[in-house]
Amino acid sequence: MAPAVPRSGDAIFANVERVNAELFTLTYGAIVRQLLTDLEEVEEVNKQLDQMGYNIGIRLIDEFLAKSNVTRCVDFRETAEVIAKVGFKMFLGVTASVTNWDTEGTCCSLILDDNPLVDFVELPDTCQGLYYCNILSGVVRGALEMVSMKTEVTWVRDMLRGDDAFELQVKLLKQVPEEYPYKDDE
Amino acid sequence: MQFFGGSEISPSPPVPTASGNNAHMMYIFNRNGVCLLYREWNRPLRTLDSNQDHKLMFGLLFSLKSLTAKMDPSSTEKGNLGVPQLPGQGCSFHSFRTNTYKLSFMESPSGIKIILVTHPKASDLRESLKYIYNLYVEYVVKNPLYTPGTPIRSVENLIDFNFHYTIGPEASYSTQLLTNMCEVSDDLAQVSLLQHLVYNG
Repeated sequence: MAPAVPRSGDAIFANVERVNAELFTLTYGAIVRQLLTDLEEVEEVNKQLDQMGYNIGIRLIDEFLAKSNVTRCVDFRETAEVIAKVGFKMFLGVTASVTNWDTEGTCCSLILDDNPLVDFVELPDTCQGLYYCNILSGVVRGALEMVSMKTEVTWVRDMLRGDDAFELQVKLLKQVPEEYPYKDDE
Repeated sequence: MQFFGGSEISPSPPVPTASGNNAHMMYIFNRNGVCLLYREWNRPLRTLDSNQDHKLMFGLLFSLKSLTAKMDPSSTEKGNLGVPQLPGQGCSFHSFRTNTYKLSFMESPSGIKIILVTHPKASDLRESLKYIYNLYVEYVVKNPLYTPGTPIRSVENLIDFNFHYTIGPEASYSTQLLTNMCEVSDDLAQVSLLQHLVYNG
């Protein structure tokens, strides 16, 4: 069982700067629409959203660590709990729940009950392969990579595609320990 | 170690005045050993060129961290000395003091290491190091023109820690200085706003 985090997501959420949720949703929608117009291929758009999310994630991790004061997580279970309860709350204003742990504890699912990115959104028939919220998978992957965890993050269930919830599967591939970066020639 | 400031003859440097800089040097490293920022305010003795100086500092900290983790009496599992540590394992030191200086260290789980070298009488600086980390996040990480992993160079990125450092920095002075320095054009402001929106929610 994960121990209590030092500052709860709610407390931090109350302290960070917030923007209007609708503005955020509509801005994100405009980004996705523009990507669809520019790239035309749904697969390309998915990849580009993931890459954008990755670039955000590598920076977001520092802000998360600075503002939330969490101690180092002991194992991946604790990491997933912290992401769901503190991370999502701090940046999106919603909490997620962690389920579907596999036997080794390296793969879990984050279920988002409420996803602010998809308010007012419907996918037309021409974009059926689109993972609209793919930016979130990139963000989680980028952030975890900066704390030495290589992961694979994919959408298992997506409400815009007809499922009943948003389920993000996070799979830990390996933990990369820190190595001495300099060569021994100096 | 006469590498850092102070002379060998006198046992300790003069006591700092009530106001003014008490920090001698500051380093910020990332996880790959790249020195992102180096600032000095009071350093009478320099023995190596800056590249080697940074490498030496990074190597020192890396080894010290490894050593302190291995010598931890409360931890149950220990690898051999020199085996890289997984994140989350092991404790980390936070300062050491000699008769001429005190070195305070903070490492975030993302590998950002912040080092402050000060007068030996300085008290525990962990709060100040956290404050510096927050400034780093606000002005460097959130800057869309900054590439992560490169040294902090351009004017837009410059965190001029001209903090008049007694025991705690003066927050308002440094943020004012930074706001004045970050003169962004309209385009950049829009990019920055968009990034801020997508980033912050």
